[in-house]
Amino acid sequence: MAQMNLLQAINSAMDIAMATDDSAVVFGEDVGHFGGVFRATSKLQEKYGKERCFNTPLTEQGIIGFANGLAAQGSTAIAEIQFADYIFPAFDQLVNESAKFRYRSGNEFDVGRLTVRTPYGGGIAGGHYHSQSPEAYFTHTPGLKIVVPRNPYEAKGLLLASIRDDNPVVFFEPKRLYRASVGEVPEGEYTISLSKAEVVQSGSDITLLGWGAQMELIEKAAKMAADIGISCEIIDLRTLLPWDVDTVAKSVCKTGRLLVSHEAPITGGFAGEIAATIQQECFLHLESPIARVCGMDTPYPLALEQAHMADHLKIFEAIKASVEF
Amino acid sequence: MSLEPQHQVHKAVMTSGHALKIPELKILQSDGTPYPGATLPDIDQELALKIYDTAVFTRVLDERMLAAQRQGRISFYMTCIGEEAAVVGSAAALSQDDMIMAQYREQAALRYRGFTTEQFMNQMFSNVKDLGKGRQMPIHYGSNELNYMTVSSPLGTQIPQAAGYAYGQKRAGKEAVTLCYFGEGAASEGDFHAGLNMAAVLNCPAIFFCRNNGYAISTPTSEQFAGDGIAPRGVGYGINTIRVDGNDMLAVLAATQQARAIAVAENKPVLIEAMSYRLGAHSSSDDPSGYRSREEEAKWREHDPVLRFKLWLLAQGWWSEEQDEALYDQYRKEVLAAVKVAETLPKPAYDTLVTDVYDTVPEHLEKQLQETRDHMARYPDHYPADSGKEA
Ligand SMILES: Cc1ncc(C[n+]2csc(CCOP(=O)(O)OP(=O)(O)O)c2C)c(N)n1
Repeated sequence: MAQMNLLQAINSAMDIAMATDDSAVVFGEDVGHFGGVFRATSKLQEKYGKERCFNTPLTEQGIIGFANGLAAQGSTAIAEIQFADYIFPAFDQLVNESAKFRYRSGNEFDVGRLTVRTPYGGGIAGGHYHSQSPEAYFTHTPGLKIVVPRNPYEAKGLLLASIRDDNPVVFFEPKRLYRASVGEVPEGEYTISLSKAEVVQSGSDITLLGWGAQMELIEKAAKMAADIGISCEIIDLRTLLPWDVDTVAKSVCKTGRLLVSHEAPITGGFAGEIAATIQQECFLHLESPIARVCGMDTPYPLALEQAHMADHLKIFEAIKASVEF
Repeated sequence: MSLEPQHQVHKAVMTSGHALKIPELKILQSDGTPYPGATLPDIDQELALKIYDTAVFTRVLDERMLAAQRQGRISFYMTCIGEEAAVVGSAAALSQDDMIMAQYREQAALRYRGFTTEQFMNQMFSNVKDLGKGRQMPIHYGSNELNYMTVSSPLGTQIPQAAGYAYGQKRAGKEAVTLCYFGEGAASEGDFHAGLNMAAVLNCPAIFFCRNNGYAISTPTSEQFAGDGIAPRGVGYGINTIRVDGNDMLAVLAATQQARAIAVAENKPVLIEAMSYRLGAHSSSDDPSGYRSREEEAKWREHDPVLRFKLWLLAQGWWSEEQDEALYDQYRKEVLAAVKVAETLPKPAYDTLVTDVYDTVPEHLEKQLQETRDHMARYPDHYPADSGKEA
């Protein structure tokens, strides 16, 4: 085991993917010699050459279109979109092409070997073009898998699993934690199954569900709740599409309460989907309405970021309200 | 479309992507004297001094604000260092009614239009007086009054918008154009191709101004495009195209004056490619030593556009070294004083969290704001208390 931050863990996953699969290619804006603006791809060009790790021209549409072609050819394509806020020029390629390649061709062709990595999320004083959490747009798209890791260990195992998964995966990386989150990570190979949620902490009064950077705030709120005698079960969803209904439903049937928290705006956010499914699965076990603690329905602000965020205090208040309902 | 007989061949003729070499307009030499036989643009002393004043202000602003960022007083900054001539020279060829759509590194054009030092500071400190209400990162300026469209971070998006804006200006019977700045990196975006094609086909009085400064963050032009830069693409779209020395104030002014004349008289777009160099880092978050050499930067320092223009002014007898020193000194003081005021002003009011999302605040946002306020009242120490206080 080694101490790694989230970026190093991601770098290590790509390093292993490239070492074990000669067809694996890593590319995107500034990812070559420079190692990406966050340095997630550092040293990969030095190690594997310019043909396998390179800068692309500045076009997200081009990057994902190219990746689709490359993956359809049978190569492993690992594309970086510099910020999730800039994934939208590639929206058509992802949503209409990557997602539907297999289905529309009757499995004659597929882009299963495509993985798109992109930093997402706020809390970094980045204003609204460096802070968005656009996962919900993609969870509405059959054919894609959506994965969000919460710490370095998870990031490496989930990214390697995403790269090796036979479906196109959009892998959202919590940039707030890139350097802030450090932990023990095996240097060698391991994968974490996609579409399996993890029960991070067991508890009896309420289930708290989230993913990515939000997990840190959820855990902080759960500690505050423990101090006043509320026992929280905490689940990291890890994969948003297709998601692990069973693990969540089992937990909610036990605790009788559910709180879902994400950074993205509440309306049309993925928490709504979870709430609808879980109230159907667990209706007779619920002791309070399913709570959602999410971003406001506004673009992500700069100066008033703190007020806008679904922070630990808002989660803590919602936990109390659920339990006292 | 059928070609004239003289353009028809009966054996394959491959036209190389490198066949087209666009010439580069140069007027001023490095020592500040015009090239022999060069035609000067339409410029008098008053215009020349306004241009120079803007370039000096921009340089001072950039130096001071980069320092302010290093001191942690603002979160982010981007300089225009090395590209002042490209930006001021082009802005000076426009009329105040023309719309400017900037990418982000064109503070000099906004200054030329009359944006005050205080207004720059209010934006960068996201205070209650920021015209953008503290919503965007530093340097995302905009002013309706000055016909300067607010900067948006996603690259290239303003290029097709410029075509549309110009089309609207034409239909409204205005003798005005839209000038759109972007980098050679952003010219790789799909929006660039869509925008130029739209403008060409729909006869839009737009000027597309590419600052080709050698790098897009760490990516050199050799990894951005093959072929002879951005200019030949204009030709491909059927657009009048000119390339200029972007470090030559007079060449940029001349090219843009002519571009504007064509756009207004003929309702046609023009593409200008200004060849320059980004002397500073990409932004305050970037360290160029990881991807280029000091020698390369030093070489470009010799082509300093502000110095070159100053030498010309001195030769004209329109400017002196004493005046120069005094101007730098005045702007250093002015910027520092403005920083001190702007950083103490409060943040915008919490109400601005929900305004301008729509024309009026919908009920669900009123409710979310109320919930946020109630929540913050329970934890008064945790959220900034001064937001919305009178400035
Ligand atoms: C759509 C989009 N993709 C990526 C980015 C991140 N980004 C910001 S600036 C930049 C480089 C731009 O280079 P260029 O257009 O050449 O302008 P320069 O910075 O050289 O002035 C990149 C990649 C962005 N802002 N928008």
